[in-house]
Amino acid sequence: MDFLVSHTHISPYYLVVTGFIIGILGGFFGVGGSFLAGPALFAVGVPMNFVVGTDLAHIVGKSIVAAKKHRALGNVDLKLGFIMVIGTIAGVEVGVQGIERLKHLGQANVDQVVGVTFVVVLISISAFVGWESWQTIKMQREREREAEMSGISVKKLEPKEDESALDHIARRIHGVKLPPMINLRASGIERVSLWVVLIVAFVGGVFSGFLGGGAGYIRMPAMVYLLGVPTHVAVGTDLFEVVISASYGTFTHAIKGNVDIMIALVMHTGAAIGAQIGAASTEYFRGPKIRLAFVPLPLIGAGIVIYSLLSGQRLK
Amino acid sequence: MENKPSHAARSFVFELIVYAGLVVVYVFFVIALLGGLLSGLYEHHKIGYAFAALALIIGQGVVLEMVTSLLLRLIRSRSD
Repeated sequence: MDFLVSHTHISPYYLVVTGFIIGILGGFFGVGGSFLAGPALFAVGVPMNFVVGTDLAHIVGKSIVAAKKHRALGNVDLKLGFIMVIGTIAGVEVGVQGIERLKHLGQANVDQVVGVTFVVVLISISAFVGWESWQTIKMQREREREAEMSGISVKKLEPKEDESALDHIARRIHGVKLPPMINLRASGIERVSLWVVLIVAFVGGVFSGFLGGGAGYIRMPAMVYLLGVPTHVAVGTDLFEVVISASYGTFTHAIKGNVDIMIALVMHTGAAIGAQIGAASTEYFRGPKIRLAFVPLPLIGAGIVIYSLLSGQRLK
Repeated sequence: MENKPSHAARSFVFELIVYAGLVVVYVFFVIALLGGLLSGLYEHHKIGYAFAALALIIGQGVVLEMVTSLLLRLIRSRSD
């Protein structure tokens, strides 16, 4: 199939299947999947500037499907989502400025600094989430075993009832009394400082602007561990936020001529059903298991970046 | 007696085939026809193209969400 805007010729089946796989991952983990979609488009000859813009457009369509599904499941905290959009957009601007500063020092510096930062961040997140979710699963199993031995019936947590071995971090953060204090009922948070939420979103935004993509791989774990948002709600709210921030990105990239919307539309036909399946699957898994399954994703992204750095290909 | 999971899996595969058929028709007849129109807009009117791009992806997102929700609901009702 010919795509006249980017002057490329790509099989629509390839785009639909790629979209389907990324859709499942996005619906399940609440990530945009740009670390997979980007290389998949680049591999079939889509120019890098079109890869970035088109990927964002595809993320908008896919995230609408997944966010609507999560909203129907009660997994979206709209108040938290809107507050986080403000922090994220401010952070993105700072991250982009960081890239501009690096550009003045030379393109090679941008590729190396961004590449190495990306690899360190992704491996750290993967290791941390893996360690934490394993500790939580172990803690739950020990509690169940002890209860079984002493003959006490222990209430098993429902899939959506979440807990973490690091719950104390979120509790300490909730204790920061910096007004105004807000209530996030949908996330089960009674009182938290607005500034804390904005800072978490801002930091995610800085990574998004500096490293590219939606940075869901940072925001989703940050919402769980720092804000104490249940995993299911963190996934749904992150997707809701991605709809708004990726729409903004799509529009600005389209004006600059970096979006081949035809590619995004074809890819999205696969992503739509994949996102539904991924989002529906979260109903059957407990939070720690979703987090444990999340572990290989950042590692795949890190592997792609390491390959790009070693082979000398330019990064996004 | 047929067990529930295999029935659900078969319904799921069937609905996936129905969806794939709809997608093929949509891609080759609707999206392919839009190609020329959109590339003309891209060449001559970038802001119009940006609005059209965003409207198309959001519109498709909403419509496909309804189609896929309907299909998944059908799978559930068939497997219950």
